[in-house]
Amino acid sequence: MRSLLLQIAATIKINLKSLPQRFWLSLSTVVAVGLVVVVLLSFLAMANGFRQAVKGSGSEDIAIVLRGGSRSELNSTISRDQIRLIEEAPGVARNAEGKPLVSAELYLVVDGLKRATGTKANLPLRGIGPMGAALRKSITLAQGRMFEPGSNEIVVGKGLLAEYRGFELGSTVKFGTTRWTVVGVFEAGGSVFESEIWADLPVVQSLFNRTNFFQTVRARLTGPQAIAALKRYNDEDPRLKLDVKTENEYFADQSSNTTDLIQKLGWPLAIAMAFGALAGALNTMYSSVAARTVEIATLRAIGFGAFPAFVGTLVESLVLSALGGVLGAGATFVFFHGLTASTLGESFTQVVFSFTLTPALALQGIVLALVVGLVGGLFPAIRAARLPIVAGLQG
Amino acid sequence: MTSDDVLVRLTAVDKRFTKSKETITIFEKLDLAIASGDFIAVMGPSGSGKTTLLNLLGGIDRPSAGEIRFAGERIDGLPESRLAHWRAGHIGFIFQFYNLMPMLTAAQNVELPLLLTSLGGKDRRRRVEAALAVVNLADRARHYPREMSGGQQQRVAIARAVVADPGLLLCDEPTGDLDRSNADEILEVLRLLNREMGKTIVMVTHDPAAAKYAKRTLHLDKGRFSERDLAA
Ligand SMILES: Nc1ncnc2c1ncn2[C@@H]1O[C@H](COP(=O)(O)OP(=O)(O)OP(=O)(O)O)[C@@H](O)[C@H]1O
Ligand SMILES: [Mg+2]
Repeated sequence: MRSLLLQIAATIKINLKSLPQRFWLSLSTVVAVGLVVVVLLSFLAMANGFRQAVKGSGSEDIAIVLRGGSRSELNSTISRDQIRLIEEAPGVARNAEGKPLVSAELYLVVDGLKRATGTKANLPLRGIGPMGAALRKSITLAQGRMFEPGSNEIVVGKGLLAEYRGFELGSTVKFGTTRWTVVGVFEAGGSVFESEIWADLPVVQSLFNRTNFFQTVRARLTGPQAIAALKRYNDEDPRLKLDVKTENEYFADQSSNTTDLIQKLGWPLAIAMAFGALAGALNTMYSSVAARTVEIATLRAIGFGAFPAFVGTLVESLVLSALGGVLGAGATFVFFHGLTASTLGESFTQVVFSFTLTPALALQGIVLALVVGLVGGLFPAIRAARLPIVAGLQG
Repeated sequence: MTSDDVLVRLTAVDKRFTKSKETITIFEKLDLAIASGDFIAVMGPSGSGKTTLLNLLGGIDRPSAGEIRFAGERIDGLPESRLAHWRAGHIGFIFQFYNLMPMLTAAQNVELPLLLTSLGGKDRRRRVEAALAVVNLADRARHYPREMSGGQQQRVAIARAVVADPGLLLCDEPTGDLDRSNADEILEVLRLLNREMGKTIVMVTHDPAAAKYAKRTLHLDKGRFSERDLAA
């Protein structure tokens, strides 16, 4: 047993030390595996970043109410009567003056131009009531002030400002025929709200001809358990029959389709590329066995077993692919991690998020690399183990 | 020669190679006894089966028929794993082109056969030093093959062949790639190993001057030893 370990150690050493003789071929395998990992991890980091951005905005003690069956705010409508019923619902918190902490909102899509490309994109414009900002987590004004009720003023999210033209503090923007002044820039802890434009609800309703038109109701709950009471109240009143969710549930639903889609694109693409890298790895490792034929046969003649020859070849392959995996993860971290992007959200609006590579994701990339190395090394390793000694000695 | 003195005995050994339906016979009913402590030169034309003979003696090839006994024990039927173990303990190979591992130092090359023994690191180092001293390369332990001349590399290979103290050294044209003076140096080492350390040596060579270092010479032709050798 000890002898076997020594043999394996020696064979691995000989294998790895002979790598410089096959430098370019080995490097090509490392690079090919690395590219596969970059592709996979950039997609996974994208999905993850998107999920984080969306999830980061949710709380457990905020309820979101939409029309029954509407999956997104754009498709939802809620009447003034229904809003009144929700304001009186159990589980809805009230402020010191006894006013319900509820914000009925209107959610529209307006045009914007991307800074980077100058292309048009859909931006979300949200009409909110006086409680709107307070019903969202960690909203702070980074620049300027809040809009004045009743005026053509808007405040914009930090992410939106970074990605789109013309939203600098003090500038005037045109949505259709209406003109608006940017009076503030807000932060929202990296959440989806940072990709939104906010204005006073009645102004938005009248300027966009949506008087008495609402799409969502947002309500602060008296506690995390209150959601159950609110849901029951909604189910029991035939005038309501709305969809009631916590903000967390709502955002998880919103992001799941997009993240699924990104991952469903990323994995097959990476796996298809992995087959290419696998072909490269097989070629490299068969070449390695061919180049080491005399060495393998000599060791066998000396008395080394076939198994160390197998392990040595497999380890060489795994080392190359692991190197590729680590380089790929590193490259993804350097070139993609933290990269800000925006994508079409569920509501056909732009969500600004940043690629987020986590150690767990990097591990997935390295595991894929190792699978390529394992399969790519396996057959050449079997050939190394089965190499006939006499023929091998003749080179 | 009594049977006690015989280290290796080939009895009625056949060796055939089959390649795409064509069978070539290298040996037919070959008999050979090698005495312990002998130093045999094997000569013969190219393709006469000299290397094949060494491969059979060294247990890296198997006869098609007949038996091969080493110190009385049959080795021709051993499974490969047992045979590898047997080779590690009893055979030292020396090749025409040295077959050193280019990425290992002289000492690391010489140590390889010891990795198959139960010796610890310290004992292995001592044995490696001793083996390199025998071939006069004590000062080259840390050098790589590429930093040494052909003659020096072959001496490293000899150190590797003897380090685990095998009884039989099999040398396939060990001086075939060397000039006269380097060849003589190698042959002196082999003679020393035979005389002073009791190694039994079978050496294939094309060089009559090299054969003179041996105690006797076998001439192999068309798969048979010539008459005068059998009488010897
Ligand atoms: N694996 C093999 N398959 C088929 N034929 C073989 C094989 N090994 C050797 N031979 C044949 O057996 C014959 C003897 O080969 P061998 O290598 O033993 O000759 P040799 O006496 O060592 O020759 P040389 O002096 O050229 O080294 C040759 O005709 C060779 O072609
Ligand atoms: Mg030969």
